[in-house]
Amino acid sequence: MVSVVTRVKQKQIAQLIEEDKRLDGRDLMDYRETKIEQGIIERAEGSARVLLGKTEVVVGVKIEMGEPFPDTPNEGVLTVNAELTPIASPAFEPGPPNEDSIELARIVDRGIRESKCIDTSKLVIEPGKKVFVVFVDIYVLNHDGNLIDASALAAVNALLNTKMSNYEIKEGEVKIKPGYEQLPMKKHPITVTTVKIGNKLLVDPSLEEEEVMDARISFAIDDDNNICAIQKGGSGYFEPQQVIEAAKIAQTKAKELRKKLNW
Amino acid sequence: MNDKPEKLIDKKGLRLDGRKPEDLRPVKLEVGVIPNADGSAYVEHGKNKILAAVYGPREVHPKHLSLQDRTVLKCRYHMAPFSVQERKSPAPSRREVELSKMIKESLEPAVFLEYYPRTMVDVFVEVLQADGGTRCASITAAALALADSGIPMRDLVVACAAGKVDDTIVLDLMDTEDKLGAADVPVALMPNLNAITLLQMDGILTHEEFESAVNMAMEGCRKIYAIQKEALKTKYVSISEENKEEAEE
Repeated sequence: MVSVVTRVKQKQIAQLIEEDKRLDGRDLMDYRETKIEQGIIERAEGSARVLLGKTEVVVGVKIEMGEPFPDTPNEGVLTVNAELTPIASPAFEPGPPNEDSIELARIVDRGIRESKCIDTSKLVIEPGKKVFVVFVDIYVLNHDGNLIDASALAAVNALLNTKMSNYEIKEGEVKIKPGYEQLPMKKHPITVTTVKIGNKLLVDPSLEEEEVMDARISFAIDDDNNICAIQKGGSGYFEPQQVIEAAKIAQTKAKELRKKLNW
Repeated sequence: MNDKPEKLIDKKGLRLDGRKPEDLRPVKLEVGVIPNADGSAYVEHGKNKILAAVYGPREVHPKHLSLQDRTVLKCRYHMAPFSVQERKSPAPSRREVELSKMIKESLEPAVFLEYYPRTMVDVFVEVLQADGGTRCASITAAALALADSGIPMRDLVVACAAGKVDDTIVLDLMDTEDKLGAADVPVALMPNLNAITLLQMDGILTHEEFESAVNMAMEGCRKIYAIQKEALKTKYVSISEENKEEAEE
């Protein structure tokens, strides 16, 4: 949905970007101010809030016992879900997950899964029978663009904040013991989304910029600066060298953020 | 379940099905296979068997989705319950919803959407048998079906994956390689405009490996593109020959 105001602004945004400028005064390679808070929901095993400019995402982690997948009997299970709640934007409607929220959840899921972020081998209670299932629920509270990067960042922060209850097995039954331990984490993937407007590439698009973009491409980057997940989106295209350039941008930006976060 | 092979590439550098790293699986394409559809195509890519059909431009349903300045391209990617080892529920999975979106967005740049305002074009993809790389084969077939329907296009779209298996960058991963390999990079290309319309990846790659995988996938796309063009021509050559015979009679 494109509002009337943005129709008027569209041309202005595109023209500015042609001159390497942006409506909010940022450089093409600048992120908006990023604020991260961990542990904001006490009832959840882990939680985090990320503010990326005016975009706000909360992620809550819940942990339950469940069955492992038959092909991975010695690994815990990760489930990622995203809700584009109607309070976050006039364009969001209540109802079952649509293709946008499913795509968002699957991009975040792939970054966490493929980077081997969680040490799932340590989530096994009884091989092939009982494991811990980690539910990552992404809640978008205000949509002002770049939900992918904000959600991915909030998800990893929430996982870092996640505590699991201790347990023991007595006579074949799992008993919860007092005390907690940290969810075993191995990697800290960072997702960087680059969009193409005209023939320019820029990071961290605002909602207005997303409305005029040709296409976007997101890269999840792991601790060794390897690429561990990619997703192109939007109904435009990239030239082959732009894809390579976007990968380099993602690796550079991820490195910068990693330094700031001490990951 | 089959036992997992220890190595996916043998000492001679050959893959499980005897291919070299840069080899495609056999690809067969056919156009105009569904008489009721406005355009259709069938692809066999390795053991993948996939049908694509296009209906439209037609009236938008539901009406509120209608756009004043262009047609609405809709896409549905669906796997038949019998297309995989264990029966797949026919209800659309989250994977299918995502892939439908990815396929739609990979086709959109090629179609002159603005030619048919206030209409809708449906692209239906049915996977009858899956063997790794179904999204790529689906895009190749769907683009052909669109071309067959006569909707004006800037270019065809053709897709192929590359990836990393053991320590080698290989083209066109089959199911086992996809599941046990280190990375999979599906790419869709508009070959004449040299533009990438789909790029995804899972697995772990260095920047250099990523670059060579993308390049290898684009090479694969160009090889399939030749087959795509041939398939399109074949249909119209056969039509013109039929007409000629009728005229002679």
